[in-house]
Amino acid sequence: MNVVAALIAVIGMVILVWLGVGVLKLYTLFGVVIPYAAFLTFLIGLVYRMVNWAKSPVPFKITTTCGQQKSLPWIRHSRLESPATNFEVFLRMALEVLAFRSLFRNLRADLRGRKLYYGSSKWLWLGAILFHWSFFIILVRHLRLFSYPVPGPIDLLDKVDSFFHIGLPHLYLTDVAILAGLTFLLLRRLVDAKVNYISHASDYFPLFLIFGLVISGMLMRYFFRVDITSVKELTMGLVTLHPKVPTGIGLIFYVHVFFISVLVAYFPFSKLVHMVGVFFSPTRNLPNDNRRVRHINPWWENVPPKFLTYCEWQEKFKEQLESAGQPIDEDCYKEKKES
Amino acid sequence: MYNSNKVIPGIIIFVLIVTFPIWLNHGKAVSAPKPILPEGRCVESKEFMRANHMQLLKEWRVLAIREGMRIYTSSDGSRFWIGLQNGCMKCHHNKQQFCDKCHDFASVKPYCWNCHIPPETKEFGTAKATRLLKLFRIPVDLREGAKPKHGEHGGHGEIDKGGEH
Ligand code: HEC
Ligand code: HEC
Ligand code: HEC
Repeated sequence: MNVVAALIAVIGMVILVWLGVGVLKLYTLFGVVIPYAAFLTFLIGLVYRMVNWAKSPVPFKITTTCGQQKSLPWIRHSRLESPATNFEVFLRMALEVLAFRSLFRNLRADLRGRKLYYGSSKWLWLGAILFHWSFFIILVRHLRLFSYPVPGPIDLLDKVDSFFHIGLPHLYLTDVAILAGLTFLLLRRLVDAKVNYISHASDYFPLFLIFGLVISGMLMRYFFRVDITSVKELTMGLVTLHPKVPTGIGLIFYVHVFFISVLVAYFPFSKLVHMVGVFFSPTRNLPNDNRRVRHINPWWENVPPKFLTYCEWQEKFKEQLESAGQPIDEDCYKEKKES
Repeated sequence: MYNSNKVIPGIIIFVLIVTFPIWLNHGKAVSAPKPILPEGRCVESKEFMRANHMQLLKEWRVLAIREGMRIYTSSDGSRFWIGLQNGCMKCHHNKQQFCDKCHDFASVKPYCWNCHIPPETKEFGTAKATRLLKLFRIPVDLREGAKPKHGEHGGHGEIDKGGEH
């Protein structure tokens, strides 16, 4: 059901563009207005989310760790698994963001008979790496259409990506890789009963949307070609803030642009915000130095709480404690006399 | 806001990266290339050529080289001689004013011209000493006794001069 809803939403978008551009000829709406609106939504939405996160107090230091924390000098400390300084936090974060370290662990849990076994499985890691890195490279490569003259590194990236000169225009390696990655990530949700059970429409929708984006892009490059010169005229218009809409660009281009606009506008309101959210996760962005540095709960900033010592607390609930037969700490009374 | 000393620079960096193309081009309008077109009509319709000429060229290459078929019949029945130099470039004489105009704009550098010779350049240019050649101390012009002179300069000078011909 979730799958069908998400799929229908994405197919509906294609029909919408077909109606809007193919039938009603709303080129400016789909070529300029919607992309601009989507971009602004993305930018403002993400800044809003970031400010919102930064305003949320972190009452406890809740770093996730899976290694020996820094303690006595002769006990070896696991710098990445239990970072003790901001630099180590930075290292761990960098590895997480660039190499998806937390997916490179024993992710498999299977029931064999009545026993639960955990084991190594790197498929999710591989699929995620393929997908994310390809997406990133494809995004950077698109700057070819958003800059003039095109900076050298972007040109170089294009050359490396089409290194094997397969076909004309050359096949990009990242196009193959992202299809492989996406296919795996989708099949995983469909085939694995455990993952299937916890998948919502909001998990399938971005997958189908990105599938649509990738497939429309590849169709446009390798099969139903559009006039790239006019396309670049449009994209350069957008990016130099002198928008114009050249005629004669195929419908599939508008489908592609609509997909990316929806993706980008949907970004701040969906699970896709993990792109910036990862940097704001208290479990990852704090060093595990609880025993050396006191973490002051921000809730206390204006209203410092009243603390009770054990003795004060015992005094307060003495009757209840006694009637319940709880032992009373006599030391409290001794100390008072001494001091 | 907590940790604003880290969050605010972070947000600024994020906004700068996301708007990178806008400030890279700092708002100056770029006009579309205007390749100089010959009179008449192309192999296929103009719209088709603008979008699909590279695929047509690929088709031509396969037809000519693999199938030995040197005549192309276009969708409206006219026939053309298949060839890059003897086909396209017979009508589009001026590569710089035609092909290159668009390709510069779209930042594509077809590698065809590594081997095929565009009409206006009848001569071979002198090879430049690339960094790779310099690295392995390979003289650019092997014909002129440009072998590195052992003894005096240790060869470096010779190769550098290669680029200045
Ligand atoms: C018979 C002469 C002739 C041949 C051969 C020819 N062209 Fe053309 N080409 C033309 C003409 C004439 C036009 C302009 C068409 C028009 O204005 O409708 C044109 C237009 C084009 C355009 C569109 C340019 C624009 O800005 O609208 C491209 C691209 C193109 N040709 C590429 C090629 C390629 C690649 C080949 C070889 C496969 C080729 N042409 C072979 C005559 C030719
Ligand atoms: C109307 C502008 C225009 C003209 C004129 C034009 N091209 Fe292109 N050409 C392009 C664009 C844009 C691309 C890149 C398409 C892409 O990136 O998908 C391209 C790509 C190519 C490619 C594929 C290169 C690659 O690495 O992918 C070849 C080959 C090619 N053109 C040959 C020619 C030749 C030969 C001529 C001159 C006879 C010519 N083109 C004239 C716009 C043009
Ligand atoms: C490695 C050198 C080389 C490169 C690079 C190259 N070609 Fe060729 N090409 C040849 C040779 C050799 C022939 C054979 C000529 C013959 O047998 O008539 C040929 C023939 C062709 C022909 C057949 C008709 C003719 O005589 O022109 C076409 C069309 C063609 N090439 C297109 C291209 C295109 C388009 C590109 C760029 C995408 C390209 N070639 C890149 C070497 C090259």
